[in-house]
Amino acid sequence: MPFKGYVEISVEGCKGCGLCVIHCPTECLALNMSDTNSYSLHYAYLKEPDKCIACQNCSIICPDAAITVYKKIA
Amino acid sequence: MKEGYELIYKRPKTLLDKRMHYCPGCFHSTMHKLLMEVVEELDIQDRTVGICPVGCSVFAYDYMDVDMQEAAHGRAAAVATGIKRMLPDRIVFSYQGDGDLAAIGTAETLHACNRGENFTFIFINNGIYGMTGGQMAPTTLENQKTSTSPYGRNSATAGMPMKMAEIVATFEKVYYVERVSCNTPANTRKARKAIKKSFEYQMQSRGTSFIEVASNCPSGWKCTPIESLDWIKDQVLPYYPLGVLKDLGKEEVK
Ligand SMILES: Cc1ncc(C[n+]2csc(CCOP(=O)(O)OP(=O)(O)O)c2C)c(N)n1
Ligand code: SF4
Ligand code: SF4
Repeated sequence: MPFKGYVEISVEGCKGCGLCVIHCPTECLALNMSDTNSYSLHYAYLKEPDKCIACQNCSIICPDAAITVYKKIA
Repeated sequence: MKEGYELIYKRPKTLLDKRMHYCPGCFHSTMHKLLMEVVEELDIQDRTVGICPVGCSVFAYDYMDVDMQEAAHGRAAAVATGIKRMLPDRIVFSYQGDGDLAAIGTAETLHACNRGENFTFIFINNGIYGMTGGQMAPTTLENQKTSTSPYGRNSATAGMPMKMAEIVATFEKVYYVERVSCNTPANTRKARKAIKKSFEYQMQSRGTSFIEVASNCPSGWKCTPIESLDWIKDQVLPYYPLGVLKDLGKEEVK
């Protein structure tokens, strides 16, 4: 069931630790290895938007509170 | 926001919109976030007071938008005692690393617990002195390599890693003790619940709450943030198991 939710990740707020990436159950997040933010860090982004289920695993594990989560209104 | 969607999680307003100086993946950041989420949820921003330690989190007051007081190294429990006794309607927490709470500040910690002071300890146990370059702490695991135990902690000379949560749970006036971690989403949710429970107990003047966080220090452990989670799971948690060690509130309900 695609498009259950989506996340916004702050490019400058992300430190590229990767904790959100490994804890996403649908593997829709990734670090952007072809770009960096102003701190020279590869930031996380929603690589496969149609897989996000709005479970908030990424936002609870993110140390730097860089992730905002939205859920489709039923 | 896209049309047809609703916001379900955003950074708490009580966490200032600043980049924290902590290393990538460090649970100091996670715990600041969780504390401020709970302060926002309980709507206690104007009556919460935090005590900062010496250690990596010495600048915690730059990020958490509540009243905060810096303490000398290890003395946060004494400062928290003073503030809570003078301002008993405030929700007071001390925020301390293991070098702070369990080494230089052991006496202050134990005596505050023995007196059952009505505040919350947030004890960030990363098994190392993070700020000063990863030296061995009383909590360093047996055989763990640090900059001052390059061959690993030798328990014959350094003793065994101190289990502070277990120790303080023996004090009669300590009301609630739990060990938590932020190594998985489920455990992080439990850590958040523990903070909330401790603040609620404090509002009911139940006595001391002690929350130990099996924390990480990717920089001091010389590993990546993701590898630090493996170290916690494989090495830290077998010795420092998670869970509630004491909850007199729960026993009362029974
Ligand atoms: C009186 C005093 N002694 C020693 C120091 C040096 N010092 C600064 S931070 C620290 C230890 C910090 O370790 P910990 O409490 O585990 O916090 P972390 O940095 O790991 O979060 C020490 C020994 C100091 N600042 N003041
Ligand atoms: S957990 Fe947060 S800081 Fe770490 S990579 Fe994901 S968004 Fe970035
Ligand atoms: S040195 Fe360790 S404890 Fe300090 S901010 Fe970095 S990872 Fe965290």
